Amino acid sequence: MTKIVFIEPDGTQKTVEALEGASLMLAATMGGVEGIAAECGGNCVCATCHCLVLEGPVESLSEMGEDEKDTLEFSAEKIFENSRLTCQLEACPEMDGLVFKVVGK
Amino acid sequence: MAGIVIIGAGHAGTQAAASLREGGYAGALTLVSADHDLPYHKPPLSKSFMKTADTPLQPLRGPSYFSDKNIDLRLGETVTAVDAGAKSVAFADGQTLAYDKLVLALGTVARQLDVPGAKLGGVVCLRTADDARRMRARLSGVSSAVVIGGGFIGLETAAMLNARGISVVVLEAAPEVLGRAVSAQTAATVREGLVASGVTVHRGATLERISGQGGQVQAVVTGDGQSIPADLVIVGIGAIPVTDLAETAGLAVENGILVDGAMRTNDPDIFAIGDCVSFPQAQIGQRVRLESVQNATDQARAVAQTLKGKPEPFTALPWFWSDIGEMKLQIAGLNHGATRQIVCLGETGVRAVFHMRDGALAAVETLNEPGIHMLSRRLLALGITPEEGQMTAGDLAGMKQLLRERVPA
Repeated sequence: MTKIVFIEPDGTQKTVEALEGASLMLAATMGGVEGIAAECGGNCVCATCHCLVLEGPVESLSEMGEDEKDTLEFSAEKIFENSRLTCQLEACPEMDGLVFKVVGK
Repeated sequence: MAGIVIIGAGHAGTQAAASLREGGYAGALTLVSADHDLPYHKPPLSKSFMKTADTPLQPLRGPSYFSDKNIDLRLGETVTAVDAGAKSVAFADGQTLAYDKLVLALGTVARQLDVPGAKLGGVVCLRTADDARRMRARLSGVSSAVVIGGGFIGLETAAMLNARGISVVVLEAAPEVLGRAVSAQTAATVREGLVASGVTVHRGATLERISGQGGQVQAVVTGDGQSIPADLVIVGIGAIPVTDLAETAGLAVENGILVDGAMRTNDPDIFAIGDCVSFPQAQIGQRVRLESVQNATDQARAVAQTLKGKPEPFTALPWFWSDIGEMKLQIAGLNHGATRQIVCLGETGVRAVFHMRDGALAAVETLNEPGIHMLSRRLLALGITPEEGQMTAGDLAGMKQLLRERVPA
């Protein structure tokens, strides 16, 4: 099982299990991570699953597509070099141990 | 203390419960749903949920969320009446539940088809998880389908069925698909895209009856006498706001439950949000009823603020998306009252349509242009109108510059 750590807006650390092939946003939702509204359900249109990649096997993350880039850039929140939309990240075993900080909405 | 009772656990009701807890409300909180399923995302029902026979629903919150947040989630329970005087709601089984404040998030129901044969087996609509399961259970045996209604749900479903190799005919009564929701130019591009992928679209079509045998649908007969074979008929002819409970409570109803800009009804202890309400819309300055996830969740946040005693004017910019096969249609703003359309064309038709009202940008429709959509949401929220040349060219870099002049990155 791939374990992913999310640090919630208030600093609480939550470890969730991600199913291979499903998005990290879904793993966070199912695991009850605070601050990820995931309003559009993973369509890359709301940016409410915005997280920062903090540490772990970051090389396992897929490259950012144009949709994700645009959605992040023009969302109302401030974006950072390590910003990602977790709905666009498909879980794989290599991601085990990744740590994200929730930005959310 | 009776606390807050929310009726309806769709996108609106569920977000309202979540926002109340996030905002620090610690009192009793009950979320009632006639649905048996844990609250789920509705948009995937016509798309990803249909992919395999066992694709699960996509939950809005994880399974332990409601108990973790001390939200009393009552699934499969139908509220039949609201007694505004006694401040209590009555359930179908005769029980009652008292409230201090009541939030109605009742949503819509599918408009029913009124022609002979509409009740035949295989004639379905698509609003709830149960509807979607019924449809999905039939799909493996379907070779031809007729979609009645060329609205968003109809076209999304048509594209999904077509991608599965099912022969699909869409019947639309109006001269063009997607009604007044989008410009004629955008609608035409969407229709042409569907036709190019193999879907047949009949516009200006009237319906005579649905014929069948042994209680099962076999064909749809149109007003001009054509009989179109179908072993599945999807009815997508619009939705009607659910207002019956509001009427039992004596609330004002007119194309939805009437609320003010803080989601208050004419009863000081009853509030309403989402698809079932008519509210004064800030950008267009008139009442509307909107059916969208964005409207549901933003109004949920607004009612949570109001219940906290800190009402804020509801000014959220409407936005919407519809995935029709490979076409990603997105809308920012509302085109009501727009008098001029500036069109940006690409190789396959419309890339974007910019609606102008009183010389200012009012709404933007895009097809497979998520960058322009997201940027437009920012521009509209800030009241920035790009130059005409930037709009016709779909000049993302130039329009982005306008945003950055106002709001540095």
